[in-house]
Amino acid sequence: MERFLQYALTGLSAGSLYGLVALGIVLIYRSTRVLNFAHGDVATLGTFVAFAFVSQGYPFYVAFPVALLVGGVVAILFYFGVMLPAQRQGANLLGQVILTLGLALIFQGVIVYQWGAEPDRFPFPLSETKTWKLGPIYISQLSLGTLGAGLVGSLLLYLLVQKTRLGLAMRATSENLPAAQTLGIPTRRVLGISWGVASALGVVAGIFLAPALLLDPFFMLDPFLKGFAAAVLGGLNSLPGAVVGGLVLGVAESLTGGYLTIQFKNTLAFVIIIVVLLVRPEGLLGHEFKERV
Amino acid sequence: MDLVESYREDLRFARKPITWILLGALLVGLLALPWYAHASWVVRLTVIALYAIGVMGQNILIGYTGQISFGQAGFLAIGAYTFGHLKLLGVPFFLALLGAGITAGLAGVIVGFPSIRLKGPYLAIATLGFGIAVYQIFANSEVLSGGRSGLPVPKLEPAFGLSREVFVYYIYLALLLVFTVATYNLISSYVGRAFVAIRDSDIAAEVMGVNLTRYKLLAFAVSSFYTGVHGGLFAQFLGHLEPQTFNVAESLTLFVAVIVGGLASVEGSILGATFVILVPTLLSEYRWFVPVLFGLTILVVLIFEPLGLAGRWLKTRLYFQLWPFR
Repeated sequence: MERFLQYALTGLSAGSLYGLVALGIVLIYRSTRVLNFAHGDVATLGTFVAFAFVSQGYPFYVAFPVALLVGGVVAILFYFGVMLPAQRQGANLLGQVILTLGLALIFQGVIVYQWGAEPDRFPFPLSETKTWKLGPIYISQLSLGTLGAGLVGSLLLYLLVQKTRLGLAMRATSENLPAAQTLGIPTRRVLGISWGVASALGVVAGIFLAPALLLDPFFMLDPFLKGFAAAVLGGLNSLPGAVVGGLVLGVAESLTGGYLTIQFKNTLAFVIIIVVLLVRPEGLLGHEFKERV
Repeated sequence: MDLVESYREDLRFARKPITWILLGALLVGLLALPWYAHASWVVRLTVIALYAIGVMGQNILIGYTGQISFGQAGFLAIGAYTFGHLKLLGVPFFLALLGAGITAGLAGVIVGFPSIRLKGPYLAIATLGFGIAVYQIFANSEVLSGGRSGLPVPKLEPAFGLSREVFVYYIYLALLLVFTVATYNLISSYVGRAFVAIRDSDIAAEVMGVNLTRYKLLAFAVSSFYTGVHGGLFAQFLGHLEPQTFNVAESLTLFVAVIVGGLASVEGSILGATFVILVPTLLSEYRWFVPVLFGLTILVVLIFEPLGLAGRWLKTRLYFQLWPFR
């Protein structure tokens, strides 16, 4: 039972980050119907910016917001500089997805050029070795911080989307674009902000993942794909679904690693994707789109 | 002028004598390559030939049928390892190649099943998941991947007094020719038109009497057969297999080749394969710049030239046909 709780807690902490990544993917998907394949690479870029600032000797509380800002601004620039012109040229959805793929490739190259391909250690204020005893189970400072970051990030996004005027505009835009435009909502600006917020969430996840993994230009690939899995599991158009999906995936993964097989722990996410898509394509909390000719 | 008078004429591979002459000249130029070009170009064209087969298969799926797949590296790995194991068991080259294609094709049918229910982004994720799952299975299973030292693939024994590189080059070129002709025939048949109908609107295609299940699965099977053969040829070329070869980046490279070459175009697939092979070799000093260039090319192609290199080629041809008018 203690082992079970221990695994579950580790899983929850990892899962909250998958949830953050998934939130970014879902936020963009449900407002523009585009799967952002550059999500992981924008997060990597932001994390490397934070790393550069910290190694220059700036304190962490400076590096963190700067990294978020860089991630967000890059995504907004991409939306206005590439996605909008492409849409004006009549690019279809597949084309737009491929555009994000192109952006991902560009970032990969730039990151390798700027910071090299060798893995670095990310100096992080929270330590992995310092642990507290919580009844029968142990929790490290890092995983507590991670869990906190995931929950605070999700909560802030919830407040933004549900309680502010901007959030109302975002919901209206994703619900019905032409109607939102008719009502005078500046939909392009709102969509641009959605891209920025989503990418900033990705950067948060990246920064909290970096100390547990080693920092190399491809370190976000795996968490990004798991974020995808979490988003599919929860439903690609449901924000709460993304968090639930992330937590479920994290716990399932940790339990599989603990009880069944450590080797195939990472494969589980993809098995989950395929099974969910076969059985319930709209995900746990999502709803289906009906299509007509 | 360029007037098509009957359906028969429309189906013809090359309509004008000049096209046949140019194609013949190109073929002769390729066949004579080992006599006038540097040996490194023979190797490069060998890789381009084997890549072009895979890109063609991917193009049948993405360009013609409109089913997006990011899991090509998975089929590639299945084809390559099937080929390697068959070769180790002493199966001759062409039979092993056929085995690689068929195994990958069967895997394609299995992956194709979700495609009946899934569309666009969902299918992209499912296939991406498949590709990575296959990679991890090979990386974690020593029986399949041959353990730490990798899987050695026996080399081809050259015949007719040719050196090994030249012999392999001719075989791969011949296979590329076979696959090109086969693809042209496939896409101008009923099957090809069914694929295109599914791409343009699957509901409408179903109403018109296209059996969606059958043709979507067929598209997956054919495309993964091509990719399996590509994998087999790649394994033969490398002579040594490691799971790391078949990571996500490999799927992306194939994808870039399809987009840059031109969606729904056979000659575009060959051009795209040439692009993704030549760019890294020419930029070997600046490795970091390769993904940047790939990405930028994707952005430029999708915004300014959605039909890729094949579209550019078509426009150039049209320009000279109409010259001096425009």
